[in-house]
Amino acid sequence: MTDTKSGTEPEAAVPVDPNVVSVTLNGRAIEAQKGELVIAAAQRHGVYIPRFCYHERMSSVGMCRMCICEVDTGRGPQLTPTCMVAVAPNMVIDTESEMTKNVQQGILELLLANHPLDCPVCDKGGECPLQDQAFSHGPGESRYIEEKRHFEKPIPISDLVYLDRERCILCDRCTRFADEVAGDALISFTSRGNETHITTFPDEPFSSYFSGNTVQICPVGALTAKPYRFKARPWDLAQQESTCTTCSVGCRIVIDSSRDEVLRYMGVDSEPVNHGWLCDRGRFNFESTKSADRVLQPLVREHDELHEVSWNEALAAAASIIEEAKAAGGAAGVAVIGGARGTNEDAYAWARLAHEVIGTPNVYSQMGDGLPADLLRLDRATIDETASATTIVLLAPDLKEELPVLYLRLREAAEKKRSRIIEFTPKQTGLTRHAWRSISYEPGSQVAAVNEALADAEIAAQLAKGDVVVVFGRANLAETITASVQALHRLLAAAPGTKLLPAFRRGNSVGALQVGLRPGAGGLDTRGVLQAAADGKIDCLVLVGADPLADFPDTELARRGLAGARRTIAVDTFLTGSSARADVVLPACAFGEKDGTTTNLEGRVSNVVRQVSPAGNTRPDWMIASGLATALGSDLGYANVGEITLDIAINVPGFDHVTSAALAASADGVLSGTPTAIWPVTLLEGTAPERNSYDLRLVISRTLYDQAVGTATSPSLAHLPRGSAVHLHPLDLARVGTADGVEVKVRSARATIVLPVVADASVVRGTAWLPWNNPGPNPGELIDCFAAVNDVRIENL
Amino acid sequence: MSSYTWAPGFIDDGDRPQIVTSRFQYEDGHTLERYLATGGYAGLKAALARTPVQVHDEVKAATVLGRGGAGFPAGTKWGLTPVEVWPRYLVVNGDESEPGTYKDRLLMERDPHQLIEGCLIACYAAGLSQCFLYIRGEMALAQERVATALNDAYAAGYIGRNILGSKFSVDVVLHWGAGAYVVGEETALIESLEGNRGMPRLKPPFFPAAIGLYGKPTIVNNVETLANLPWLLTHSAAEYTAIGTATSPGTRMVAVSGHVKRPGVFEIVNGTTTFRDLLYGAEFCQGIRDGNELKAFVPGGGSAPWFLPDQLDLPFEAKLVGAAGSMLGSGAVMVMDETTDIPTAAHTLTRFYAHESCGKCVPCREGGTWLERIMERLADGRGTESDLAQLLEIGQTICPGPFPHAASERLGLEAAPFPFKMTTICFVGPSAYTSVHSAITLFRSEFEAKLIKRKLIPVSVGATDDGH
Repeated sequence: MTDTKSGTEPEAAVPVDPNVVSVTLNGRAIEAQKGELVIAAAQRHGVYIPRFCYHERMSSVGMCRMCICEVDTGRGPQLTPTCMVAVAPNMVIDTESEMTKNVQQGILELLLANHPLDCPVCDKGGECPLQDQAFSHGPGESRYIEEKRHFEKPIPISDLVYLDRERCILCDRCTRFADEVAGDALISFTSRGNETHITTFPDEPFSSYFSGNTVQICPVGALTAKPYRFKARPWDLAQQESTCTTCSVGCRIVIDSSRDEVLRYMGVDSEPVNHGWLCDRGRFNFESTKSADRVLQPLVREHDELHEVSWNEALAAAASIIEEAKAAGGAAGVAVIGGARGTNEDAYAWARLAHEVIGTPNVYSQMGDGLPADLLRLDRATIDETASATTIVLLAPDLKEELPVLYLRLREAAEKKRSRIIEFTPKQTGLTRHAWRSISYEPGSQVAAVNEALADAEIAAQLAKGDVVVVFGRANLAETITASVQALHRLLAAAPGTKLLPAFRRGNSVGALQVGLRPGAGGLDTRGVLQAAADGKIDCLVLVGADPLADFPDTELARRGLAGARRTIAVDTFLTGSSARADVVLPACAFGEKDGTTTNLEGRVSNVVRQVSPAGNTRPDWMIASGLATALGSDLGYANVGEITLDIAINVPGFDHVTSAALAASADGVLSGTPTAIWPVTLLEGTAPERNSYDLRLVISRTLYDQAVGTATSPSLAHLPRGSAVHLHPLDLARVGTADGVEVKVRSARATIVLPVVADASVVRGTAWLPWNNPGPNPGELIDCFAAVNDVRIENL
Repeated sequence: MSSYTWAPGFIDDGDRPQIVTSRFQYEDGHTLERYLATGGYAGLKAALARTPVQVHDEVKAATVLGRGGAGFPAGTKWGLTPVEVWPRYLVVNGDESEPGTYKDRLLMERDPHQLIEGCLIACYAAGLSQCFLYIRGEMALAQERVATALNDAYAAGYIGRNILGSKFSVDVVLHWGAGAYVVGEETALIESLEGNRGMPRLKPPFFPAAIGLYGKPTIVNNVETLANLPWLLTHSAAEYTAIGTATSPGTRMVAVSGHVKRPGVFEIVNGTTTFRDLLYGAEFCQGIRDGNELKAFVPGGGSAPWFLPDQLDLPFEAKLVGAAGSMLGSGAVMVMDETTDIPTAAHTLTRFYAHESCGKCVPCREGGTWLERIMERLADGRGTESDLAQLLEIGQTICPGPFPHAASERLGLEAAPFPFKMTTICFVGPSAYTSVHSAITLFRSEFEAKLIKRKLIPVSVGATDDGH
């Protein structure tokens, strides 16, 4: 063959990329990115520069001096901390010179001078950057013969974290994390020079929702987590990557286990999701799976008591209950609620069982505290798109309490001035102080609040810049979603092209809805099911990991519904208030005991893995659905979980590319497609009544730590909920004739409960805020879930 | 007149030019009345009569060297701020705490208006919108005097809006430290001023002229540097440079302490006065106490490598002193006569720097204290031969490569000049090593004389290996 072009045409000039900087690293030319730190550029090109204080997700401080190398910028080789200096054209970096090596050895000797070297009893030993780098870059032995620094050790700095100040090398990672990333600057250096150490403020523990991250990023064993202390040595740990399903953010984690026992989770730096961070609830609630209170055997009720039976007996009992119900009132007499806490595969198997085998339309995965399912038809934003949007509009609950790592991402967006946050909220939230505008409203008046904001020229101009993402969620459990949906409509109409990030709370809410745990034609949602059950129209209620007594925001209706359902089947990991009443209890595997996939709020599908054997005689939900189908005379046709993953890919719109192979190929998961945007979302009708001036409007929302089963059965977390109380604005106290700390009656149209008053300036005047599902009197008793809003009156005892 | 009881330490003998200490002769030199009666705020008026660029050029032409330690010309420093970034600040470094230095304290106590006027001129010339006066925490009288002076100057219209009817407005804020030596380092001072722990920032990227106080361009000047400006503006650059040498014009204040007959603060002619003049001159220190011999002296504050009598004829000229292996620093001369126990003297200085380490970076935090512990042992007569080697090894981690020291005819030693490499963020770490290095290099025999004399016990059954 003849290349006719060769040598005849002038070569096209290679365009010089302005974002590429050419530097010399250890004698070879490399291309770095403009603005990239030398330490990062070197690492990308396979040269590891030792470091302790440098962390790629935080600002550099140059404290440990470990990354010093000889860098020549034209003035001769200078000793330069490579974590503080960005690459510059023609820079010559030498990480291996004699001078560099001597300095690194010297610094390591100094770092080790006061380090106790108690590696044999240190949790970090074996995965310790100090140990590893002392080995790779250190002098080998110490000449330090003086008495080492002594401190009392260890001291608790929070409920979950211990600090050993003797091991600490003062790298500023934990303190920087607390300040920069978490926004809870509750730990700091104190004292000076050789006496410098980390401390909390007097009488104020490091009570951050994110404290566990400091343990993970500590480059020595100075910070240790209570649940993991002395539990294992790193070389004994088996590790697999998985996805946390505590909330719908879906943080990537590593599950570490030893001897078939889960011992800890570590955050994985997933660029699109969690950046390596986890909240403490997600990090430590693995303890729950090891709880002695787990349901380990199938149970069947006889003579009003639950008895352990075999799986065959239990499935047969359940099948006969379902068949009796169908015989008595048709398939619609069976209702299936729950399923948002399992995997996509669990949800899909249950959806098929309910819709195809049983044939009931009364199926719903949300517990009356969620969002309209048709929100998923809107143009959905990813977390990354949200955290880089020009404007983020929050019509959502307190993300710090409900979706903590999303809070971190949005906080960063505001802190780094990438995004402006416009917040509409019935109570100040963790993001209020980072918001460009925070507009508080009284429940029911969302539309008025949005209208007023849109009339503000500055806000209108901000929205007109485009690139708007609305984070939409359930800010108040004591009102219907109607007013918020109306406000959303108003916003979407005012800012066309706006994307939506639905702030679903439970781990797999989006997946469960998308794969089919939603009502069939003419079917009821959970509120409808409970109402029908209370009216005696449900003969068999199936609770798939559902606990309406704890989760449904109208406790009276939940109680009447559970009492009114003729028979109940529960699939659960624990005997909860609801499942303890069931006629048949089918024990389910917990997280970490089963394989599958989960879908986070942005639609990202990622895998969850079985790292330990299922506890006792428990089975994954999908297998229970399969067994129940068999007992009902059908066959779902699944022999293993992979077949369901494939079935979902074949049958569920938007999941066609979500295959096991695609999941295996991408550590960050695979975004499921959303159906083409269908606008508008069903506009809900109705207006909230005016509030009587003697009353306060009720706001009930979740706190990170509550009596959720995973929290309550994790010993380290169980005592963290703050307790039920009625929070009032300090200026409202006198008006209702009470004071901080006084016990009062809180009376709604439904019920009266007695609670202590807490003066709380984050509460909007004219409203009363109560935390959901905290220890103490249950505010769910106050709520009428059919009322647009609920009002309460505060009365003295 | 030799010294004034109200200006303790200051000595005003002979017929020397006075640029910054002319009002020390008055007991009420700190009052606005006396200041105005002696030509006060005339420099400001002279400045306001010209354009800022003209004033800046005048200061550049005069080559007013920074008096804080580094000796960087103030006029050049003012020109380093990026253009069109506002606001920009002046921060006055009144955190004078280098061992042996006590000149700025006198300037603030005796003539606070001169400093304030200097600040205003600097702000005018460099286009700075606000001035922060940071005074060392321990200097109660200076704080009081400066505060009073600020109030009086505000009331008289010298500070604030439309100063003296011009379009020039500036505010001066007084702030005092909480007692940390490291805050004398400009970036640590800025951190402290912002309300944080006094820890230095890294340069790059935090060069104050570009990213300083509150992230804005900031000029940090020493008290004495600014105190030169009123005189300069009422006189001229030509008159200023007529004093001293071309590279070290004007006068400078030096504080002499230690074993001289008459220690104190002197305003000397820069560049021409030699250390011999200073220590032996009749108008200065008048020789070593009790007729003793000079053993060594520190020419520029506790951070400076030591000089021997060999270097007495060096003038106060930064380049020459640097080439000879030390620095002029903050203008503090500490004199040691032949009775001085060198290991103890070096330990005293090292202890100061180890104690004052802020704890931010490892070589200083760990290395400084390690040096101090070994020095304590050596000074106490409990040291060993290996301790001496160990000190120099630790020093190699803090300051890798050759470290400056003076020449010695006695030892046949050539001088090692400035500068040196360092692994720390600021100079506190190297400072802890300076006296150790000087003492061992120049007086090794004194250390050796104090080492433990061990009698080796013949090895036999039951003997321990600890030598006792």
